[in-house]
Amino acid sequence: MKCELVSAEGGTCMALDRRSFLMCALASGAALGAGELAAPAAASPLASGAQAQNDAQFTFEAKFYEKLANRKIKCKLCPRECVVGDKERGYCGVRENHGGVYYTLVHSRVCAAHIDPIEKKPLFHYLPGTNAFSIATAGCNVNCKFCQNWDISQSRPEEIPAQYISPHQAADIARKYDCPTIAYTYSEPVVFAEYLMDTADAAHEAGVRSIVVSNGYMQHDSLEQAYGKMDAVKIDLKSFTESYYAKVVTGQLKPVLDSLVTLRKMGKWTEIVYLVVPSLNDDDEEFRGLAAWIKTNLGPDVPLHFTQFHPEYLLKNLPITPVATLERAKAIADAEGLHYVYIGNVPGHPAQNTYCPQCRKMLVERVGFTASQMLIRKDSTCPYCRHNIPGIWHA
Amino acid sequence: MTDLRNRSRRNFLTRCITGAAAMGVAGLHATSETQTPAAKSRVVVARDSLLRGSGSTIDLRRLETLLDRAMQSLCNLPATHENSIAAWRRIAGAGDSVSLKVNTLGGRGIATNVDLVAAVCERLQQAGVAARNIFVWDRDTEEMERAGFRIVIGGDRVQCYGTDRVGYEDDLSAWGSVGSRFSKILTRSSNVLINLPVLKDHDGAGVTIALKNMYGTIHNPNKYHPNGCDPFVADLNMLPEIRSRMKLTICDATTAMYEGGPGFKPEHSWKLNGLLLAQDAVALDFTGWQMIEHKRAEMGLKTLEAEQRAPRYIATAADSEHGLGHCDPARIAVVEV
Repeated sequence: MKCELVSAEGGTCMALDRRSFLMCALASGAALGAGELAAPAAASPLASGAQAQNDAQFTFEAKFYEKLANRKIKCKLCPRECVVGDKERGYCGVRENHGGVYYTLVHSRVCAAHIDPIEKKPLFHYLPGTNAFSIATAGCNVNCKFCQNWDISQSRPEEIPAQYISPHQAADIARKYDCPTIAYTYSEPVVFAEYLMDTADAAHEAGVRSIVVSNGYMQHDSLEQAYGKMDAVKIDLKSFTESYYAKVVTGQLKPVLDSLVTLRKMGKWTEIVYLVVPSLNDDDEEFRGLAAWIKTNLGPDVPLHFTQFHPEYLLKNLPITPVATLERAKAIADAEGLHYVYIGNVPGHPAQNTYCPQCRKMLVERVGFTASQMLIRKDSTCPYCRHNIPGIWHA
Repeated sequence: MTDLRNRSRRNFLTRCITGAAAMGVAGLHATSETQTPAAKSRVVVARDSLLRGSGSTIDLRRLETLLDRAMQSLCNLPATHENSIAAWRRIAGAGDSVSLKVNTLGGRGIATNVDLVAAVCERLQQAGVAARNIFVWDRDTEEMERAGFRIVIGGDRVQCYGTDRVGYEDDLSAWGSVGSRFSKILTRSSNVLINLPVLKDHDGAGVTIALKNMYGTIHNPNKYHPNGCDPFVADLNMLPEIRSRMKLTICDATTAMYEGGPGFKPEHSWKLNGLLLAQDAVALDFTGWQMIEHKRAEMGLKTLEAEQRAPRYIATAADSEHGLGHCDPARIAVVEV
């Protein structure tokens, strides 16, 4: 689950033609604590089915699973490897076994769509200053206690409003609104891998690139096939300990680290976000171990974003991450030798800017989610010292 | 009888019956929360070997009689017609809104029996509950229809539909490992909850009986199946939306499954021709689990423990942190009738 807010400032909700989807309204339904003061109205059942959605149009056979005896299946999408009986769903809640055949229920079933600055993902070294047409479906393969989009990520698709947007329609919308990229984000794109793959193909045909914002909790084959179609990847590395992954994320660390190494071998532009949660994953040794691992396994040029936690979902008892903690994390990662360490969710902080690791001059200035100044040359070098600055800086 | 089976003549009769609820006179607890730790939990196992006669269809009159016998036994009341209604008045009465959470996930083969639910609705009305204040429900309306329930929305009849018709609360309710949104049928339409699960094997959880049937009350049950559903089942049942309303569990064991669940596998089902009743859902689950183990042994299957899927969540529900009931056989009084 991502650190982006579906309806946060900085994004543009769109009203489209007859197939319009005002996704701000769709995605912002369930605010924690809303309605606590009001006496609940009696439940008023609808006379006909509540779903305006036609389930059939969203239902496609899943790509990553194997059939077992007794009409069971084993999902091969993520390391969880759910064994799912007939008429049951996997942990993600968006894949269902019908008679021994496993189906995704969320192909083209978009529950959130916005035009966001790419810095909001955040991707800082990939086409700065551009917008991404950002889409999501319901569902997630983990259950982070701090999730900011839990109302869509932890719901089943039939429980939240959605619109049909085919892969080609998504590509058309991106072009129409001058977005060079489609971002698969907000909930967890792992669980809508088939839609992501088909949309990436359609988008590439239309000259639009694809980026994904993901937890990276995938099996090797599904990662290679699905994210092999991506042009850039942002991975939420939620901690550097297995215990945190078990208790707070309901997942595992090792498969995520493996995914990062695989992405590196695949040559995908990758950035990492680490959400710093007070008292849970803010230990100096953890920061140091994380930075050392990145430098050793991925290299010093992979951007690492330490972002500020805000209390949400099941972790409302913890405070906002102090800026000093984020600065401490950055100092440790800098000292370990990483070249591009950022501080996120703290508007105006100087560590949101990109500096040349050689001459230390500022190359990209960011204000909020906007890149207000971008000095990196067409050949991806520093204009002052010609040091190479890794990234995809120009379309 | 209720609209579930279109028995309008009995419906008319039940509307003529009024009477105050006599909560807590003897035998029954007001709610599961008020149970004293020292008391033994009573689990009634009611069986009728002739429930289906010589065929496969359940005899409705015998089913009603079986239910009455079980309720009277649960309440320690002599078996009289009057007491069949008096027992229900200890559960609910005039002014109460009662939700009956059935289990229809497995389809018609292993869903809560429609006639049993109709009989419960009948007795509730005789106890003074208005028909329109009785809600028969599960997660999904279509699943309920497939299990044989006739959907009824509006009017003065017993209401029967799934959560998909009203949705879930926006607010999150959290306890321990669980954070979920509840069906509005539970939270907005009822102050009394009667749990009507089935008795069956579950490939992940070991068994699914009373406690796990509450997975059908929340929006995200798929998140709570790892680790044999432990401690998720116990944590979910701690939430006040359930705990404050839960008054009674009636487990439909007319047909049960000892292997291959939760989907219906006729080759692994058996006609138990029984009902399990209790106010202590933990004790009922423990008792039901033992019955499934007994049948598995009879069929030459390994124990659930040997298959590494013993329902550990039952013990968790009984531990000091949860205190939802008893799973120590010494503290469960199983009464066979």
